[in-house]
Amino acid sequence: MQVQLSHPSRTVEVKGPKKVKDLLRELNLVVEAHLVIKGDDLVTEDEMLYEGDQIEVRPVISGG
Amino acid sequence: MNCIKCKIKAVIDLPRHNAAFCKGCFNGFVHDQVARAIKSEWMFGKDAKILVAVSGGKDSLALWDILLKLGYKADALYVNLGIGAYSEQSHAKVTKFTETVAAAHGAALHIHTVEQEAGAGIKELAQLIHRPTCSTCGTIKRYQFNRVAIEQHYDVMATGHNLDDEAARLLGNVLHWQEEYLDKQGPSLPASVAGFAKKVKPLFRLSERELAAYAVLNRIDYIVEECPMAKGSKTIQYKEVLNRLETESPGTKQTFYWGFLDKQSKKQPTATTMAEKDRAVLHPCTSCSQPTTAEVCSYCKMMARAKTAAPH
Repeated sequence: MQVQLSHPSRTVEVKGPKKVKDLLRELNLVVEAHLVIKGDDLVTEDEMLYEGDQIEVRPVISGG
Repeated sequence: MNCIKCKIKAVIDLPRHNAAFCKGCFNGFVHDQVARAIKSEWMFGKDAKILVAVSGGKDSLALWDILLKLGYKADALYVNLGIGAYSEQSHAKVTKFTETVAAAHGAALHIHTVEQEAGAGIKELAQLIHRPTCSTCGTIKRYQFNRVAIEQHYDVMATGHNLDDEAARLLGNVLHWQEEYLDKQGPSLPASVAGFAKKVKPLFRLSERELAAYAVLNRIDYIVEECPMAKGSKTIQYKEVLNRLETESPGTKQTFYWGFLDKQSKKQPTATTMAEKDRAVLHPCTSCSQPTTAEVCSYCKMMARAKTAAPH
């Protein structure tokens, strides 16, 4: 599945099916600092993601 | 995972509250947290005229959205810092929110453009006066928000600082033992002297992740990109450390910051209160009349230096 990442903006291919929390672990991303959006919908850590899903992992940290 | 309130499919889990919510119940949770913050810290009453400091980011736009939905009279001020494409995008996001959401509540947007007054964007201005960009930005924003709040007769100025912002700031102050800053780390700062607006942080009970989720769920179109000037900043480093701790041990950030607030509230009152201290050292700037500890305030000094240093 295609996973859109930010900072810097890029797309990576990740093999599914996979739970959200496992995707974040595989990408070495901290849960508390990210949201996972499937299509237009926010999804929880236990949501299963499948091949063909459009996924965005959005960082939430801001400010200087 | 299902919503703990209505049992339908959840869209967000909140480990620090041992909870998960659907969109409707999550919105209720967020609004309730803000209402509790306003009430517990005596921030403002139902009829107050509020000025929200907006940047185009998730926190400030979410704050404006929440206050309007809670029925408050809240206008906003956007400071265009002149950081190339980043400022253009953030300005566009604020304008879009004003037109599509805020205007329907009768709310207005004020805009201050740094380039119009200083003759240069924030980065060039900082170079001209040999000061770090983030510190120049902070001076300008604090000054302009206070100026508009006072000149336009707002009762209170609200900023989008969240739990993560406050916990990171507290960590920085504690790591460097900057005890003199701790008194001003509360979410509600009084208008201690004439010329200073009251400042409040109604989002201090909500985390950055919760506010990003609120923005996504309510289709608030905010700027996701980081400010290019903030890359690698200490605040971001502290937030990353705190988020690693939070993920392993949910509730760490709130225990840290709310625990600090609790201890501060139980402290024996000292001989002089913060307001008394302010009144003892602050007086009107001879150039603009905003309160300052010096003869001329740091903003006026900065603008004077910029005018002298600018190429003719």
